[in-house]
Amino acid sequence: MNGQYLIKGGRVIDPANKINDTLDIIISGGKIEKVGKNLSIKSGEAIDAKGKIVAPGFVDMHVHLREPGREDEETVRTGSRAAVHGGFTSVLCMPNTEPALDNPAIVKALKDIIAKDAACNVFIAGAITEGRAGKNMTDFTKLKAGGVIALTDDGSPTPEKIMQEALKRSKAAGLLLIEHCETPELSAGGVMNKGFVSTKLGLKGIPSASEYEAVKRNIELAKKASARIHIAHVSCKESVELIRKAKKDGVKVTAETAPHYFALTDERCSSYDTNTKINPPLRTAADVEAIKAGLADGTIDAIATDHAPHTDSEKDVEFDHAPFGKIGLESALSVSVMELVDKKTLSWDELIQKLSSNPAGILGLESGKLSEGSPADIIVIDPDKEYALKQESIESKSKNSPFIGWKLKGKISTVFVGGKILMRDELML
Amino acid sequence: MAEKKTVWTKKDMLGLEYLSKEEIELILYTAGSFKEVTTRQIKKVPALRGKTVVNLFYEPSTRTRTSFELAAKRLSADVVNIEIETSSVRKGETLIDTGRNIEALKIDIIVVRHNCSGAPNILAQNVKARVVNAGDGWHEHPTQALLDMFTLKSRLGHIDGLKVSIIGDIAHSRVARSNIWGLTKLGAKVTVCAPEMLIPDGIEKMGVRITTDINEALDDADAINVLRMQFERDGALAFPSKLEYFKKYGITAERLNKCKKNIVVMHPGPINRGVEMSSEVADGKNSVILEQVTNGIAVRMAVLYLVAYAKGVE
Repeated sequence: MNGQYLIKGGRVIDPANKINDTLDIIISGGKIEKVGKNLSIKSGEAIDAKGKIVAPGFVDMHVHLREPGREDEETVRTGSRAAVHGGFTSVLCMPNTEPALDNPAIVKALKDIIAKDAACNVFIAGAITEGRAGKNMTDFTKLKAGGVIALTDDGSPTPEKIMQEALKRSKAAGLLLIEHCETPELSAGGVMNKGFVSTKLGLKGIPSASEYEAVKRNIELAKKASARIHIAHVSCKESVELIRKAKKDGVKVTAETAPHYFALTDERCSSYDTNTKINPPLRTAADVEAIKAGLADGTIDAIATDHAPHTDSEKDVEFDHAPFGKIGLESALSVSVMELVDKKTLSWDELIQKLSSNPAGILGLESGKLSEGSPADIIVIDPDKEYALKQESIESKSKNSPFIGWKLKGKISTVFVGGKILMRDELML
Repeated sequence: MAEKKTVWTKKDMLGLEYLSKEEIELILYTAGSFKEVTTRQIKKVPALRGKTVVNLFYEPSTRTRTSFELAAKRLSADVVNIEIETSSVRKGETLIDTGRNIEALKIDIIVVRHNCSGAPNILAQNVKARVVNAGDGWHEHPTQALLDMFTLKSRLGHIDGLKVSIIGDIAHSRVARSNIWGLTKLGAKVTVCAPEMLIPDGIEKMGVRITTDINEALDDADAINVLRMQFERDGALAFPSKLEYFKKYGITAERLNKCKKNIVVMHPGPINRGVEMSSEVADGKNSVILEQVTNGIAVRMAVLYLVAYAKGVE
C-alpha cells in the first residue's frame, strides 16, 4: 500500500507554500517526493485529478473519539474512518473520555489503541485537572512525556485560579492550552441560546455572555502570564470582537470555530431536533455574520468540527434531557464550501488554510502542507460535486448530525494518509 | 363565514403557534356547538364512539386531566389515564418508547402533559396516533388559551381589536405563550406585564407590548389574564415576599375600579388568593374564572373531535 502514486492534473492548493497552480504530485515511500509540472512515474498508480482540487489533508483540532469508555458512541477506529471520509488526515482527540485522559497510563493505553486501530493520525489532548473536575491539576510534564500535544478540560471550563497556574505550567512544559470558554453561573440549566427563540420554545437559555465573559477573562490571564492560549469553538459576536482586539494587542491567542456556528442559527432548534443541542449553543444570524467576518479577517484561525458523537438512544429524548453535541467530520468541508466559499467569505486557498495549515501550525504538526519530503497526507476534492447527506453513508458510529438530508456541495474524492491510499473515487477502502 | 370553509387537516394540536387564524376560529366555532351539548340533560354525543383517548400525564394535574377526560367521555370515547406515578417511565423508558407502546394498544389520540418543553412535538413525530398538547414545560398550553379566548368571545362578542393584558410570571408560563399566539392571530392587542426579570428575552417579537407597570397594563384593558405566581421558581428572586408582589402587581378591587367597567378578569387557576388577586376580585362580577373551567370541556371536545377526523391524515 505504501507504493508510488502520481496525482495528475489537479489544481494544487497549498497555502503554507503559497501555491495555487495546476500541478502533479508524486508520492513515494509515504512521503511527497515531488510537486511539479508534467511529472510521470514508471510504476504505481496514477490518479486523475483533472477538474479537482489537491490539498494538504485537513487537520481537525477538536474531536471526541469517545475511547476509552463510550465505545457505544464512537471508537478510534470508527472516528478516524469518519475523519478520513471527511478529508481529515490528522485529528486531535479531546480528553473527556471515561476515565478522562489525565495521567500517562491512560494516555499510553489510548496510544496503543490508536497504533492498532487508527485510520489517520490521531493526536491526544490531556486533561488540565484530574478527572476534569476543576480541582487538582494533572502533571503536565509527565503527560507531555506520555505523548499528549495539548491540554484542555474541554466540555468544562477551567476555574480562574487553576487557569492562572495552568497557563504558567503549560508554557513551561511547551504544551498548547485549549480552553472551553463558559461561565457556569450564567449557563447553568440552559439548553440552547438565550433569546427570542428560546423564549418561543420555552427552553432555558444560555446567554452569549456565558462564553464571552470567559473569553475576556482567559485573554487577560494569558496576557498577564505571557502565555499562549487557544480558544475552542467560538460561537458568538462578542467573543470574535474580544479575540480580534487581543490579537491586535499582541496577546498570544488563537481561535477556532465550527461549521455549525457559521451555517446554523438557533432557529434550527424550533423543531426540538436534539441534534441542534450543542454547547456552546447555535446563536443568532448576527453571530453567524460575526463568525464569518472573524474567519475572513484572520481573527479566527481554524475551523474545527467539535465532532461529538452520541447514540440515537441518547438523542431520541426530550430536548432538556438530550446530551450536547453533534458529529461533524463528514460534513465539515461541504458545509464550509457552501457557506464560506460560495458566499464569498473565504477563497478556496483561505478555506484550505483554516482546515489544514493553520491548525497544524497551532498544534506544531509537520502536516498541513505539500512540501517535498513531508508525509504524504493529501486529499483530492471534487469542488462541484453535489450530493445529499445520507445517514447510511456516515462512517461515524453515531449519526447525530443536523445536516442529514441536506443537499450539500463539495466532496472528498481521494485521501492519502502517510502515503497510503484510504479513499479512492469517493469510496472508503 | 371563515369557520365553515376551513377544513381541519392537522394530525396533531401541539400549539397555537402552529395554527392559522382560520384554524383557531374553527376550533372556537366547533366548541360553540359542543357547548350546547354540555348543557343538555344527557350530556353525551356519539362523535368519538369506538375511539380511544389516552391521557398521558408526566406532571400532576387534576383540572386539565379531568377536563380532557370529561371532554372525551362526552364524545363517547373510551378514556385511559396514565400518570407518571403508575407508569414505567420511572424505570427509564423513554418518551418515544412509551408513546409507541401506548400506540401498540391501538388507541387513537394521546393527550400529553409534560414538564419538558417540546415533548409533545417529539412524541408527535414518532407516533401515528394524534397528539394533543395538554401543556408542555414553559412552551404552550394551547387548550387553556383556546378556552380563555372562547370565554372572552362569549363575554365580549369578539376578539379582534380587544386589548388584553397578561399579568404575572410570563417567563415561565406556557399559558402566556399560547395566549399571545392565539390572541395576536385573532387581532387582539396584547400587553404583557411582569417584574423585569420575569419578562423573557425577545418576547416583543411575538407582537406584544411590554410593561412592568401594573397601572399601564390595566389602563384601558378590555380583559386581563392573571397568571399564577409560582414563588418556588425565579419569582422568589424577583420578589422578597408574596405580600410585596400583591402590593405591586396584585389585582385588587381598588385597582379594578379604575378600569373599564366591564373588564373581563381571567385566571387559568389554581388561584393564589391574596397573591396575584384578592378574593373580592376572584369572586366578583368581572371574574369569569369558573366560566373558563366550564368552557374548557367544550373547547377540548372540539380539539379532540377535529384531530380525530383530520382530513388527509393517515
